[in-house]
Amino acid sequence: MSVQRRLRPSEGAGAAGLVRRRAERAGAAAVAVAVAAVAGGSEWFYPEGPAPPFSAGNGAAPRSSSPAMAFTFAAFCYMLALLLTAALIFFAIWHIIAFDELKTDYKNPIDQCNTLNPLVLPEYLIHAFFCVMFLCAAEWLTLGLNMPLLAYHIWRYMSRPVMSGPGLYDPTTIMNADILAYCQKEGWCKLAFYLLAFFYYLYGMIYVLVSS
Amino acid sequence: MSAPAGSSHPAASARIPPKFGGAAVSGAAAPAGPGAGPAPHQQNGPAQNQMQVPSGYGLHHQNYIAPSGHYSQGPGKMTSLPLDTQCGDYYSALYTVPTQNVTPNTVNQQPGAQQLYSRGPPAPHIVGSTLGSFQGAASSASHLHTSASQPYSSFVNHYNSPAMYSASSSVASQGFPSTCGHYAMSTVSNAAYPSVSYPSLPAGDTYGQMFTSQNAPTVRPVKDNSFSGQNTAISHPSPLPPPPSQQHHQQQSLSGYNTLTWSSPGLPSTQDNLIRNHTGSLAVANNNPTITDSLSCPVMQNVQPPKSSPVVSTVLSGSSGSSSTRTPLTANHPVEPVTSVTQPSELLQQKGVDSSSTTSSASPMPNSYDALEGGSYPDMLSSSASSPAPDPAPEPDPASAPAPASAAAPVIPQPSKVAKPFGYGYPTLQPGYQNATAPLISGVQPSNPVYSGFQQYPQYPGVNQLSSSIGGLSLQSSPQPESLRPVNLTQERNILPMTPVWAPVPNLNADLKKLNCSPDSFRCTLTNIPQTQALLNKAKLPLGLLLHPFRDLTQLPVITSNTIVRCRSCRTYINPFVSFIDQRRWKCNLCYRVNDVPEEFMYNPLTRSYGEPHKRPEVQNSTVEFIASSDYMLRPPQPAVYLFVLDVSHNAVEAGYLTILCQSLLENLDKLPGDSRTRIGFMTFDSTIHFYNLQEGLSQPQMLIVSDIDDVFLPTPDSLLVNLYESKELIKDLLNALPNMFTNTRETHSALGPALQAAFKLMSPTGGRVSVFQTQLPSLGAGLLQSREDPNQRSSTKVVQHLGPATDFYKKLALDCSGQQTAVDLFLLSSQYSDLASLACMSKYSAGCIYYYPSFHYTHNPSQAEKLQKDLKRYLTRKIGFEAVMRIRCTKGLSMHTFHGNFFVRSTDLLSLANINPDAGFAVQLSIEESLTDTSLVCFQTALLYTSSKGERRIRVHTLCLPVVSSLADVYAGVDVQAAICLLANMAVDRSVSSSLSDARDALVNAVVDSLSAYGSTVSNLQHSALMAPSSLKLFPLYVLALLKQKAFRTGTSTRLDDRVYAMCQIKSQPLVHLMKMIHPNLYRIDRLTDEGAVHVNDRVVPQPPLQKLSAEKLTREGAFLMDCGSVFYIWVGKGCDNNFIEDVLGYTNFASIPQKMTHLPELDTLSSERARSFITWLRDSRPLSPILHIVKDESPAKAEFFQHLIEDRTEAAFSYYEFLLHVQQQICK
Repeated sequence: MSVQRRLRPSEGAGAAGLVRRRAERAGAAAVAVAVAAVAGGSEWFYPEGPAPPFSAGNGAAPRSSSPAMAFTFAAFCYMLALLLTAALIFFAIWHIIAFDELKTDYKNPIDQCNTLNPLVLPEYLIHAFFCVMFLCAAEWLTLGLNMPLLAYHIWRYMSRPVMSGPGLYDPTTIMNADILAYCQKEGWCKLAFYLLAFFYYLYGMIYVLVSS
Repeated sequence: MSAPAGSSHPAASARIPPKFGGAAVSGAAAPAGPGAGPAPHQQNGPAQNQMQVPSGYGLHHQNYIAPSGHYSQGPGKMTSLPLDTQCGDYYSALYTVPTQNVTPNTVNQQPGAQQLYSRGPPAPHIVGSTLGSFQGAASSASHLHTSASQPYSSFVNHYNSPAMYSASSSVASQGFPSTCGHYAMSTVSNAAYPSVSYPSLPAGDTYGQMFTSQNAPTVRPVKDNSFSGQNTAISHPSPLPPPPSQQHHQQQSLSGYNTLTWSSPGLPSTQDNLIRNHTGSLAVANNNPTITDSLSCPVMQNVQPPKSSPVVSTVLSGSSGSSSTRTPLTANHPVEPVTSVTQPSELLQQKGVDSSSTTSSASPMPNSYDALEGGSYPDMLSSSASSPAPDPAPEPDPASAPAPASAAAPVIPQPSKVAKPFGYGYPTLQPGYQNATAPLISGVQPSNPVYSGFQQYPQYPGVNQLSSSIGGLSLQSSPQPESLRPVNLTQERNILPMTPVWAPVPNLNADLKKLNCSPDSFRCTLTNIPQTQALLNKAKLPLGLLLHPFRDLTQLPVITSNTIVRCRSCRTYINPFVSFIDQRRWKCNLCYRVNDVPEEFMYNPLTRSYGEPHKRPEVQNSTVEFIASSDYMLRPPQPAVYLFVLDVSHNAVEAGYLTILCQSLLENLDKLPGDSRTRIGFMTFDSTIHFYNLQEGLSQPQMLIVSDIDDVFLPTPDSLLVNLYESKELIKDLLNALPNMFTNTRETHSALGPALQAAFKLMSPTGGRVSVFQTQLPSLGAGLLQSREDPNQRSSTKVVQHLGPATDFYKKLALDCSGQQTAVDLFLLSSQYSDLASLACMSKYSAGCIYYYPSFHYTHNPSQAEKLQKDLKRYLTRKIGFEAVMRIRCTKGLSMHTFHGNFFVRSTDLLSLANINPDAGFAVQLSIEESLTDTSLVCFQTALLYTSSKGERRIRVHTLCLPVVSSLADVYAGVDVQAAICLLANMAVDRSVSSSLSDARDALVNAVVDSLSAYGSTVSNLQHSALMAPSSLKLFPLYVLALLKQKAFRTGTSTRLDDRVYAMCQIKSQPLVHLMKMIHPNLYRIDRLTDEGAVHVNDRVVPQPPLQKLSAEKLTREGAFLMDCGSVFYIWVGKGCDNNFIEDVLGYTNFASIPQKMTHLPELDTLSSERARSFITWLRDSRPLSPILHIVKDESPAKAEFFQHLIEDRTEAAFSYYEFLLHVQQQICK
């Protein structure tokens, strides 16, 4: 939660969109409520014993699905995904802003590519990371929802131009109107996806917590 | 990413428009339908006017119309010779006319037809009104031609009876023999025809003689004759397009004269004026006469007719102007005779100058340039002014100018009004589409806007609209544009015109046309810009610009002023297409912002007058160069710096290029462009890097060897690049020593990458040019490459791999260089695979250029050695611009999509060019982002800011103005097929690299299929079984087939990867004229050269043989043929070739004694040898890369080289032209 809160301002700093920010804030509020509910709930549900969730939470990977409101590995995955998705949202916004700057001639394509390229792999790896987590947690539906994006990322990186460094963007072709438009569209689509995913993870987390 | 992008480009944009022309037969009907609708209207309109007017008046009207006739003729020409005629025709017309007469052969069918025509025209003369009517008829006739000739003609007869037939002459121009016959018949009946001027037209003298004869005897008949003659010549001339144009003008003007005098004897003053105009005004003069005529008419008779008349007059002027403009352009650039036409134009001009009357015909443009430089400028202005002015008073040109000024105020409001009418009027004008005709139509209405632009043409404010509407009507009567004439591709056997194809002229009014940028520098694939992206998508044609911004120009207005006037919001430079709202304000033509005219701009240094900002050279020339102030510098202008990086490994020494290079450098050391600050340096490399200390004061050059190629450093950074003049002796010593320094080297490795890094370090403080000579794959250090080519795949029909770079080392290096204003030029002289795809990146992104000499060896391959020598000479001495940027702006609503060429794209419309050279061409794809419905014109402006070799910061500005259209037919009518092909080729290169070669090939074929099927669907009443194309697109399939068989895109024929990649590089960086020769070579038969139609260049007679189509069926064993492939010439000598030719031209006694490898024509003192040599020299002079000549015997193995260029023939792996058409047809029917 706190991480998330810390992130929010930085997102807000991005001029990219009020909508996003508003959504974010709503999401954050929802999360806050949800977490409060979870925490309170656990106490409420299991007032007598030491709350399994906590131990589970501390444990690396408790696989046991205790009948109690377990803070399962799946829930942990969801929480982690929630946080990481927030980071990805930040990436996406950054991406959109960067291409907008390119389009409006605020920045030199070489500089812009130099700032964007190092961010590409981290983004892909973060996404791949929690995909793997979901795989481990056997959250098939969630994994399935993420597979297309994962596949897209792999394809995208496989078909990148010849480059010696990491990254996707080639300053010599980036100004091509098609590529520019494509990158911008890609940024918006990803942003939408991550936002939806964020709420889905939130829901999934609660669902897992509650149902377990 | 790239994949999708690529796909979208080629696929979508690549598509070419379809054509009406599905079936010739049906086509005729179809065009008649659309064209006929408007055409009849128009005719009716004018006709009615005439009818109403009293007889005398009527005559006048006709006069007015006559101008339209001129226009129509123009179109006619266009039609017959779609592209060629436009440009060349006008200019060449003057002197060419004679040629045509002389060589009727060129037009097979036409000779007879022409005569008929000539007769026809005279008849009209007989009628008092004849001239006017005549001309009008001509215009109408032209209309008829396009649509349904007969009905119209009958129509015409009613009105102008004889005149109509004159129209027929225009018909003739269209080039249909049969139609001609019809016309001729009618005309003949009408006319009593005086001795035609034809015969009298000797080639050279044409002008003066023509005129005098005309004036003296029965003026009208003469004129008519000439006129008809011209028409025929023009229209049919396809073989010899150029000549007709000027003559037309002159003749027209003459006719105008005559008619005036005749019809209105009471107006002597006007006549005088006219005369004055002629003599005094330059090109405009032609127009003026007509205008004056019109004026006189109004004066004589009030009523409405005057209005119409003014309109007409404007039109006329426009027409003449347009023609004149064309000529001037060509004339201006004699240096770069792209086509034979240009030079003729010069001749014409000169001739025109000689005869006073002719003077007017002289192209205005040249004059303007001259004026700028020499002071004749005022004339230009006056002439232009006069044309508009005419109505107020029939005063001479100068007088007219003031008049406009006074009237300026009233005029001002017009622009807005005018613009609107123009916009909407345009569609109605459809018939006028053809280039020639179009001008007329557009000319009428546009004239108003033009006026507003120039402000001065006060004229008939109220009348404007009326006149415009009337004019529109009359114009509309104009025939269906020739460019829209449907052509049945599968049935048209000789699709290729006999003369070079010219760029179509945008359908603008005459004044704008005259001012428009030369197509040699600036061309658009669609000369009629579609209003919306949807319309563009429907047309399936690529929209883009082809630029040759730094072309060598012989005459260029250079403007030095403290303030360079630019739009405050979009930073557009002031140009001829802005409108002056009043004396103090101008409206930007790109963003429509109203700007103030700075005080300094009010003063015109050329005329030394104040308060005429519209007459400043910036506003009178679409190509100008400004001397920029320090505002345009980020740092003090850099000196010229040249660094040569030479491969001296064993391979390089073996090839022996060093001798040639050093020799060339020694010869041209003093000619290197630069000033006293010029610096030069040398580096050589094999597995180590050698620097040369040439610091002044040393007794001999000092060689410094750096063997640490992993971390290159500069041993003595200060003394490696030295002042050329201070260290000249040392440099010469070095150049003399270099070729022998490494003769015994055993070093086979090449550390190109480290050498380039060192070069970058050396150059980065100043910027400049790095010339890299490389002979093999770089094998050491950074940027080393491996061989990627699989020789077994060379003729694969499936996948061609490795078209892209293997490493981004060279690209990054190029970007670094570009950032430091350093360009890298690559000379690759290699006998084996050298991975040009990777190496080329060093030049591609640093705005360098690439030269490739496959299997270079100084003794084994002398032709390549010679080529290198000549290329080096050009390379070392040509102009160069440093630290350049080029920005392309376009009217709001359009946007740049993709750029093609060698540069780095720094922002959406800014190209960073470390160096710019005169041989660099660029292409830009455009997209229409917003609808252009509220504008009738769009403009494009290229501004190239560079540092000249003399350390001056300069800005070269080109501005192109094009009309906007709303109908699909208009879009097709304005297609510039050559530009479209070049743009497609560029897109296809991108596609092959980003996707695959087969994708690119498919996209090319789809371009044809899509455009033709889209055209077919717009023309519903065509036979669907036939493959129809509009006349403007008839060469499209042929060119696409040529592209598919081009080295860059061919499959199935063994093509070395480097050759292929080099062809692609050339496609990307060559300007249009050179690229077209590469794509579609020109074939001439040269064993029977005659002086028919010859042009005179520098006192030399250059024969102009007709073009042959690229098919073996045209080759006969009895002949000798010259093929001009741009960078290579082949002379193919047939087995049975006439021994006289072999002896006189080749210098051998018989066929058997001709050696296998022959690369020179001996200088023999025979007529045929002289002709052949002057023709080849003339072809050679027109291009930067001096082509090598191969003489190929029929039996020699080298003939495969020659035959691979016969693209209309079938090869093992590719379609013949006819098969390709069938294939396309099949695809369309799917």
